[in-house]
Amino acid sequence: MDFSLSPEAEAFRLEVRQFLADNLTEAMIAATRDGTIHSPALHRAIADRGWLSGAVPAELGGGDMDPVELCVLLEELQLHRAPIDALGVAVVTVSMILEHGTDHLRDTVVPRLLAGQALGCFGYTEPESGSDVASCRTRARYDGDEWVIDGTKMWTTLAHVADYVLLLTRTNPDVPKHDGLTFFVVPLDTPGIEIRALQTLGVERSNATFYDGVRLGDQWRLGEVDGGWQVMKTALKYERGIAGGQFPSPPVIDAAIDWAGRTRAPDGRLHIDSDEVRDKLVRAMIDVEVSRSFAYHTAALASRGVMFGVEGSMTKLFASESYKKHCSWFLDLMGPEGLRTGEDPDAHMGGRIEENFRHAPVTTIYGGTSEINRNIVAESYLGLPRTR
Amino acid sequence: MRTWYCEDQEAIDDAFDAFFEAESPPDRVRASARVGFDPELWARLSSVGGTGTALAEALGGGGATLMDLAVIVRQLGRYLAPVPLIEHAAASRVLAAVAENDPAIGLGRRLADLSSGERIATLALRPLQCGRALLVPAGAVADMVVGFDGSDLLLARSEPPGVAVPNTADLPLADRDLTGAAVVASGSGASQMWRRARAEWQSLMAVACSGLAARALDIGTGYVMQRRQFGVPVGSFQAVQHGLAEAATRSEGARLLAHRAVWAVGTGRPDRYRLAAMALLFCAETARFTTDRVLQYHGGYGYSAEYDIGLYYRRAAGWPLQCGQPATIVAELADLDLGPRSEPWTKAV
Repeated sequence: MDFSLSPEAEAFRLEVRQFLADNLTEAMIAATRDGTIHSPALHRAIADRGWLSGAVPAELGGGDMDPVELCVLLEELQLHRAPIDALGVAVVTVSMILEHGTDHLRDTVVPRLLAGQALGCFGYTEPESGSDVASCRTRARYDGDEWVIDGTKMWTTLAHVADYVLLLTRTNPDVPKHDGLTFFVVPLDTPGIEIRALQTLGVERSNATFYDGVRLGDQWRLGEVDGGWQVMKTALKYERGIAGGQFPSPPVIDAAIDWAGRTRAPDGRLHIDSDEVRDKLVRAMIDVEVSRSFAYHTAALASRGVMFGVEGSMTKLFASESYKKHCSWFLDLMGPEGLRTGEDPDAHMGGRIEENFRHAPVTTIYGGTSEINRNIVAESYLGLPRTR
Repeated sequence: MRTWYCEDQEAIDDAFDAFFEAESPPDRVRASARVGFDPELWARLSSVGGTGTALAEALGGGGATLMDLAVIVRQLGRYLAPVPLIEHAAASRVLAAVAENDPAIGLGRRLADLSSGERIATLALRPLQCGRALLVPAGAVADMVVGFDGSDLLLARSEPPGVAVPNTADLPLADRDLTGAAVVASGSGASQMWRRARAEWQSLMAVACSGLAARALDIGTGYVMQRRQFGVPVGSFQAVQHGLAEAATRSEGARLLAHRAVWAVGTGRPDRYRLAAMALLFCAETARFTTDRVLQYHGGYGYSAEYDIGLYYRRAAGWPLQCGQPATIVAELADLDLGPRSEPWTKAV
């Protein structure tokens, strides 16, 4: 066994750090306060480096970035709190188009996404279908020469700045639910689409999108008619490949250490000198090392050509659950001081811990809830029977 | 990066899976409970080269890496093998380092005895109390006890008591006197060697705990599919599945962190001490959590001595605690990662 990064990957890490020093500003991070966790300038700079196309699997005609280097990239971006909500969506959308898409989609959408000129967003979830994503009810009917789409999607995060939505629809309601689904790549400026802001518990803004008689040519279809579930499976596969949610804790731990080293308990001692505080900080750092071990293991498997499945679920489950726990610990550590939001100039480090405390709950929900991931571990790792 | 066994390690893994399955079945583990040591198993392990695996060939050992040894140790953990291989290996390796630094010390023949398993060595992992080491791992059976008094590395050679302090985990724990022990190294070399020996023990024990957890999970998964209540296997209930899935996730994380720690210690990476301590803490907690869940899902039978999960539950607690309280290890890690406390602190009266 060998857990070292190759010299190339080590050099790549330095390259990413230099890139972030040159391209990521505090102002970009602060700008995400408006709820859009995306910086056009940073996104394009990442695309210009070839890292966006690099992240698309090579067997699809994407780049040549080794999955371990992709893991390094995602780790560094998250350690530096880069606003990258658009990155994963772009990579997944391009991968799906390259695997299932028409020439039209390959020629018009892929180059724009890869250049960072256009953004995508996911349109899977609906008011009545979350984890049970195959129960989707947004209807697409073929009326002779065009598709007509009606329905509602929830959590189409970035739709208000994006160009395309990757839309899961129902084309056949008369067959088992997995057999009547079809995917489309829908330009968001198509008439009949309405985007409404969906405010969240955290700082980020998401959207509900409404589709009312949206007319679309067949060239925008992704995959077979009624073959949407096959496409969905690849979407989940690619999403796990670039999940990017594996390193959320370190910036919060940094903030907690900073706070504990500057402030004193009522009895006069620095918080960082107390046993309880040191215990929580150490335990959080252990969880981070476990998460890193998972993330790089998953990446190393991918780089060996093994398409991981359950490892991705474990990685996401462990990292997000422990991140949520850390945020809660550190909020307690700060006491009432921890309650100040970033709007208050006295908030420590711009209210970083408070902000993460409110953001953390979504990480154990999106991209597969912890419960769904435990189902996956129970079924595919332990071989226990399906419960649903 | 290769986070899985190489072909040779796969072969070692298969061989020792079969070995411990045959030589350390639960009834043998139970039979050795009083002393926590099975001399026959130790002899068998020695005959297949297990006792000297990670010692140099010149010393009669197998010349294998710490990672190769960890492959055996994971299987030892899975079968709760009542043999002090971890202590023995870490102690033998530090004595080999002593002998290499100072050939005049004349440890050559003793190292050959350790390699062959004829003699057993161990580490007094915790600080000495007036020259005595309390509850030493393998203290009941070890002929040589290596300890550290804060400045000197000590080696005590004495007749092992052969009797263990009765304890939760059926471990061969015993107090040992180091007052007349020979000083085998001093100065910064001694503390470096001691630190390394302790990190080797911690990382290997982490691997053993990860193996213990993995096997407990196998036992649990098998049981919940065979046991029926309300007309269905209890393993079909989501409450049970999610508890096991959580344990499986943590166990897999524990395995990865433990292997990473062994690799870091074995190859002298700068973060080796922190990873070894972190792995020990996390694997210990995971073994405790996993055995607790599996025992729970056995229902009443889990509490019955007849079922094996109780052995795993007790061992999961006992094995890692031999190194001291978790709080002590956390405090050491805090000093490494956060720096020592900035101000002297005395509790306000």
